[in-house]
Amino acid sequence: MIESQRHGPQPAWRRQFHGAYVIAKKDAMIYYLKPPVFIYGVLFPIFFFLAFAIGRQVAPERIVPGMLAMALFFTASAVGPMVTPWERRHKTYERLISSPVPALSIILGDVLAGASFGAALSVIPLVLGTALTRSVLARPGLLFSCIVLSALCFAALGELLAAPPTNNPSQVMMLCNLVRLPLIFISGVFVPLAEMPRWSRCVLPLSPLSYCSDLFRSAFGSANYFPLWFDMLMLAGFTAAFVGGALLFHHRARERAL
Amino acid sequence: MQAALEGRGLTRRYDRLLAVDHVNFTIGRAEIFGLLGPNGAGKTTTVRMLTGVIVPSEGTALVDGHDVVRETLAAREHIGTVPEEANVYVDLTVWQNLMLMGELHGVPRPRRTQRGKELLNLFGLNDRAKQKGRALSKGLRQRLMLCMALVSDPSVLFLDEPTTGLDVASARLIRELVVRMNREKGMTIFLTTHNIKEADELCHRIGVINKGRIAAIDTPAALRGKFEALHSVEVTFRETSPDAQTLSALDKVTKIKALGRGFRVFTAQPGAVAQEIACLARESGATIESIRTCEPALEDVFLRITESPPAKEEKAHD
Repeated sequence: MIESQRHGPQPAWRRQFHGAYVIAKKDAMIYYLKPPVFIYGVLFPIFFFLAFAIGRQVAPERIVPGMLAMALFFTASAVGPMVTPWERRHKTYERLISSPVPALSIILGDVLAGASFGAALSVIPLVLGTALTRSVLARPGLLFSCIVLSALCFAALGELLAAPPTNNPSQVMMLCNLVRLPLIFISGVFVPLAEMPRWSRCVLPLSPLSYCSDLFRSAFGSANYFPLWFDMLMLAGFTAAFVGGALLFHHRARERAL
Repeated sequence: MQAALEGRGLTRRYDRLLAVDHVNFTIGRAEIFGLLGPNGAGKTTTVRMLTGVIVPSEGTALVDGHDVVRETLAAREHIGTVPEEANVYVDLTVWQNLMLMGELHGVPRPRRTQRGKELLNLFGLNDRAKQKGRALSKGLRQRLMLCMALVSDPSVLFLDEPTTGLDVASARLIRELVVRMNREKGMTIFLTTHNIKEADELCHRIGVINKGRIAAIDTPAALRGKFEALHSVEVTFRETSPDAQTLSALDKVTKIKALGRGFRVFTAQPGAVAQEIACLARESGATIESIRTCEPALEDVFLRITESPPAKEEKAHD
């Protein structure tokens, strides 16, 4: 229990959660409509998908889960890299970190904002995909769980990538793409994991997007490559690792970036 | 009585650079304390350590009895800050900025709404509540930043160069409001500034920091009093006047500076020297046009302190 001047004694988790909620609300109000978030989070996956899909004979049941996974990956990981460098550049960062909000709450707030953005926008490819193709959503509950887990995981990845002590969002976006683009190729977004080349199957466990693709494919009735519980466990594990890494690296970069 | 703010051997190193070197001070409740120093003296680093933004390399500080290193969040609950290079959220409205800060400080909604309205009224921002931060001038943004720092009713307010770059009217308004907060709410204010006149006007006590060390802490009057050699007699003559050599030969005179038709005579005993100058003028047939004793300006004191090497260790008093 933490004794708070204003809240009285209250559990630490409640304070953390309240702080994260306030930060997420602020991020949503300020950053969702920023051009880089729109470009890298919305336009980028659309054109990337079109480049993959147009002119190729890909079965609809393969397209929709892949499109959904990629859209979620880009949208959820687009907000986090914007927030911290933007706040540093606009001189609001110092005030934010001098407020009585734990560092973990600031990280979790940014993650929550990114995850909500990703999850909300994933409805668009889901609706379009199921309406325009003959894909059938076999397991809605699994799809929902996968969207929530994956959105949190990708948003946490975005937050981790925002750690470098720079006040230039485009530098962080560049780093993000350096990490995100290779992951698209090794994660079986458009090709079922079992059908991927051997070398690729060796590295795909290293990417959280592989587990997301596997779960989406399963939600649309295809066979899964890993056991579902393992997919979920790995996504949760990656999320925890990314949040832990973000906390560590943001803390290290904090003073240098002031 | 518990101090509002206390620095205990506060030290900060950046690699080999010692930015703040074992700074000690105690600031009482409802006191306005000014930290003066040249650029790079360690003012902002000191404020950042006190507000928990950076961690001291050694030592610590207490805010309302809470250790800024071990109880960072509890200490931060008691403070409001206007950092040196801070800004408002330009994409949020004035009201949203204010409410955000209240929420971050955990102020319950009814309280922060009420306090927000009071502050906008007090700072003349009422009709701008729905304007985005980007639409505000620098002076208005600074007022809003002060409102944001005050929305949680902090017991200690940190102002890092709050009037730098502001027009005269905005700077004056901010100074007036700071004094008002201090008088009406009993708020402790920690102010850093380059503006010596501002510090002299606002602060109950002033600390001079030089090369990371506190070189002097006292009331503005006492600081002036400590530098007796900076007292002077300013005298102007009609037509003929005694020469500088004759004046400098007077007892207790330390320095002479020519001023048009007169002189500025530096001495630790301006009263006695003024009388001697009057006698000398009478004897030499010169007519004194005006004569007055001058207290040293705080600026002279500041320059004298910062030009000399910092004191080994000076402890502040309550």
